[in-house]
Amino acid sequence: MAGKIELEVKGLDFYYAGDVHALKKINLTVYKNAVTSLIGPSGCGKTTLLRCFNRMHDLYPGNRYQGEVIFQGDNILSGGTDLINLRSRIGMVFQKPTPFPMSIFDNIAYGLKLKGVRKRADLSERVEKALVHSALWDEVKDKLNASAYALSGGQQQRLVIARALAVNPEVLLFDEPTSALDPISTAKIEELAAVLKKEVTIVIVTHNMQQAARISDWTGFLMLGELIEFDKTDRIFTAPSEKLTEDYVTGRFG
Amino acid sequence: MTVFDDELQQLKEKILKMGSLVEDALKNSIQALVERDNAVARLVIDNDRVINTLDVEIDEESIRLIALRQPKAGDLRFITTAMKITTDLERMGDLAVNIAERAIELNEEPILKPYIDIPRMREIAQGMMRDALDAFVRKDKRLAMDVIMRDDEVDDLKHEVLKELAFFMAQDPTTVYRAMKISFVAQYLERLADHATNIAEMVIYLVEGKIIRHMVPPTEAAEGE
Repeated sequence: MAGKIELEVKGLDFYYAGDVHALKKINLTVYKNAVTSLIGPSGCGKTTLLRCFNRMHDLYPGNRYQGEVIFQGDNILSGGTDLINLRSRIGMVFQKPTPFPMSIFDNIAYGLKLKGVRKRADLSERVEKALVHSALWDEVKDKLNASAYALSGGQQQRLVIARALAVNPEVLLFDEPTSALDPISTAKIEELAAVLKKEVTIVIVTHNMQQAARISDWTGFLMLGELIEFDKTDRIFTAPSEKLTEDYVTGRFG
Repeated sequence: MTVFDDELQQLKEKILKMGSLVEDALKNSIQALVERDNAVARLVIDNDRVINTLDVEIDEESIRLIALRQPKAGDLRFITTAMKITTDLERMGDLAVNIAERAIELNEEPILKPYIDIPRMREIAQGMMRDALDAFVRKDKRLAMDVIMRDDEVDDLKHEVLKELAFFMAQDPTTVYRAMKISFVAQYLERLADHATNIAEMVIYLVEGKIIRHMVPPTEAAEGE
């Protein structure tokens, strides 16, 4: 099942400002066109790791990376990385939906315009494509000019996914994308992840172990900044190799 | 201990209870045969209902825990193992009933010969069963492997019994009816040992997460090359 490699994390250490050692010598492979989930107790470093993949930590001063994250041959942690370009190739979806205060159409067109797409016909086509891909099209096609805030939380989250998809990213990072959603909306996002992985690689941080079990192909278990175990998801949830993983997935701690 | 741990413990105790009832059934069924005791045979037949009830209860409880607790890793393997073990135990109970039925039929007839290998088969099968369940409780992989190895002894004894009975039948056709019934009993005992082996194989799965059923043992694989 191990396919092509999308991201290769090699000996990654991460320090928050003030020298808090949040990630310790992480080695992990994110496979292409697969869903990889990161699980672990609160404060284990899973979100910290996710945010290394598109250099989100750079938004705050004093944070420091060591080691490598190889993305298509380049170490994205190196100084020369164009962060704007990186974040359009490795998109991110957050816990709470973050639509822009504008119409549904403009939410998606925004990123495209920044990338130089100007013609109305081209924009329309790519907005529609993104909305179809995020399984939102049927629900919004008749009200593209309505405010994004008129949508439900679940729809807003799919809109945000559409916005990320519109610029053709190679990787999508999901940071607890369904923790603010109801079960029906959650199921739609989960279903979406399974469909989208044919086109993009997905890395998801989730507190919901059942969700990791349902949607991911690979699972990494972190604790106290260390990657305890990384394996195929079915292996992690049926017969993990490490005692700590066993204790965590069976709810014996955490 | 969490509520879930407690539920798992109760499931384990139910399996052990079922195991001890099946063990009694097996012991009594052969006793009914050897001592020509129809009352004991009927006891085995009647008690099978209790074993069947436990089988259903264990299945229902396992399904409930899977649905409500969404067990993972070791817990998941424990519950799926419990569901499979109960099926083997239930069949073992049925085989003990079959032995008891043959015992009642044979007790109508004059004795063909003293039973020597059959009680021996019973003893080994019962030991395998007890150790398989012990291995289950203690998650003891080595004991489970030991049970699996002992299956050959029962197979060998069965062949001895069948060979001897074939000799009787060839010598004297009036023995055919009894010899056939006894050969059924040997067959049932061999099946009982097979079910004990199944349980031991499930214990290996429980401990290691590897399904070893239907795998060619390494020695045989080497011989085949």
